Amino acid sequence: MKKQYEDLVKKLIDKYPERQKEFITGSSEEVERLYTPEDTIDIDYDKDIGYPGLYPYTRGVQPTMYRGRLWTMRQYAGFGTAEESNRRYKYLLSQGQTGLSIAFDLCTQIGYDSDDPMSAGEVGKVGVAIDSLEDMEILFDGIPLDKVSTSMTINAPAAIILAMYIAVAEKQGVTPDKLKGTIQNDILKEYIARGTYIFPPKPSMRLITNIFEYCSKNVPYWNTISVSGYHIREAGSTAAEEIAFTLADGIAYVQAAIDTGLEVDNFAPRISFFFNAHNDLFEEVAKFRAARRLWARIMKDRFDAKNPKSQMLRFHIQTAGSTLTAQQPDNNISRVTIQALAAVLGGTQSLHTNSRDEALALPTEDSVRIALRTQQILGYESGVTNTADPLAGSYFVEKMTRDIEKQAEEYIQRIDELGGMVEAIEKGYVQKQIQDSAYKYQKQIERNERIIVGLNKFITKGEKPKNLLKVDEKVELLQVEKLHKVKADRDMKKVHESLEKIREISRTEGNLLPVFLEAVKTYATLGEICNVLREEFGEYEEQLVL
Amino acid sequence: MEKKIRILIAKPGLDGHDRGAKFVARALRDAGYEIIYTGIRQTPEQIVASAIQEDVDFLGMSILSGAHNVLFKKVMDILKKEDAEDITVFGGGVIPEDDIPYLKSLGIKEIFTPGTSSEKIIEFIENNASKE
Repeated sequence: MKKQYEDLVKKLIDKYPERQKEFITGSSEEVERLYTPEDTIDIDYDKDIGYPGLYPYTRGVQPTMYRGRLWTMRQYAGFGTAEESNRRYKYLLSQGQTGLSIAFDLCTQIGYDSDDPMSAGEVGKVGVAIDSLEDMEILFDGIPLDKVSTSMTINAPAAIILAMYIAVAEKQGVTPDKLKGTIQNDILKEYIARGTYIFPPKPSMRLITNIFEYCSKNVPYWNTISVSGYHIREAGSTAAEEIAFTLADGIAYVQAAIDTGLEVDNFAPRISFFFNAHNDLFEEVAKFRAARRLWARIMKDRFDAKNPKSQMLRFHIQTAGSTLTAQQPDNNISRVTIQALAAVLGGTQSLHTNSRDEALALPTEDSVRIALRTQQILGYESGVTNTADPLAGSYFVEKMTRDIEKQAEEYIQRIDELGGMVEAIEKGYVQKQIQDSAYKYQKQIERNERIIVGLNKFITKGEKPKNLLKVDEKVELLQVEKLHKVKADRDMKKVHESLEKIREISRTEGNLLPVFLEAVKTYATLGEICNVLREEFGEYEEQLVL
Repeated sequence: MEKKIRILIAKPGLDGHDRGAKFVARALRDAGYEIIYTGIRQTPEQIVASAIQEDVDFLGMSILSGAHNVLFKKVMDILKKEDAEDITVFGGGVIPEDDIPYLKSLGIKEIFTPGTSSEKIIEFIENNASKE
């Protein structure tokens, strides 16, 4: 049979050559004309693929997957003031969204108050501005924190924002053991790709393990970290690099927590992940499956985790912002649909779908609604949710799953040899890998070796995007005014005492969460708290790699 | 020998989106220019100081956070104050069409929006360098 097929192909392509000499994936991996059982001969079904809800979780973390419950539809949102963002959250919840995802502005993410000179021009731009507990109270006004789950994209100051969230809940009469949500809290990928770091690695890792410890005792349903490959991919990595570097970050966090004396099965079940869904459908599905299998094996073999929940890779997905084009923005709806399909076929636990206009500005309400509807159409109309892991057993997908896993293992081994992730970052190794991949990808586009519809093929001239959302420049003035009012109304003695307590504990091995909680309740600002820590911990310097 | 054209690629403000800036830096370096890259999260003061210290002919800035109207203006103001207006400035990033006339009125020579090829930027450099 096989010989017959090969002869047939040969005859055919002599006469009608294929469209390209080489066919490659989104990550520039070569794809064969056809895959057959020969490609999966060394894959053992029970050992390598298995069943959903069972080790090694290749087929998903839930036994019934989306037959039980669909993924959480969670649109990342936030801009301007807390009042404006609060309105957008209520709108999204009224449209059937099932969880919140908070975008903070860059000043908040880097621990500067809105009146800091460093904040000029950035207040409220890419997310909501939070200076003090008062802003958080406004942000969640009328949203019952025991009913929603809230994901917060906050990293360097994650512990302080979490303390504010706990304090707001307390005011609503909700105890910490009822809180559900996630803080991103993943500093390593900030050094690698995202850029909102404050402190050097060592004190940053300490803040993270402080959170693990505090939450395991007090906020048991909180996802204490969302180890993120999303931004690594956005920075231009390949699919295999995305999961390799993300899981290597995960390894560093688990090891750091174990080194401080925590028991792996006490904190590992609350570790969650965040990946990117790019355009190449099958490669992306294979990537998610490979990531689950690899993490399960790492947790079992490397860290001796016994609790199945410690071995399960649970993740959120966002579609790939970097694939959106400013040209013909409505085309992005189709891209997002394919990417969201990859996320669902890959077994995600929650999903953000990007809006069509995000290569141009923050999305309008209309665009966000279309993006949310895309998820709902996949969930309720497409039928892809009726059975678990429907692509399993495809020779192509199983082969690619194994190939990506193998490639990722090699990267992780290289990082181990360099002395672990922190060292690999300090040596610039990870950044260099990503940049090389990004450069190669962009050059392929420039040489028309990779077609982007509307950008380097099927171009239309002269269309102007309309109705873009613009953040009012007045937001900065309003926010600064509000901040000054808060500062004027506080008991300064209490503020100072709480800040000095933070300084004191920061010099010990103690857990900083309780003193953060105390400080935010005095309306000490995020910038004030971070400045104390800057004085004590110092600041990180970027490793420049070009 | 002709002096190599020197270009500073800078990231003002707080956003960490450096994929575009780094691509442009590398593509221009491959095209034979002398490239200095500042890294992310630079203040307008730091950027102008580097531009003067490195004696560059061009300054290219990238912002994706929406802070361009404020921060590009600050850079242009400081360049003026430091008597360094001979440096040709260009910008890029997620910048709405509507903001471009204002940015050009500040003295920024060109704004490159998403989808621009490196070839186009090189063409811009060549056209504006020949005047010297």
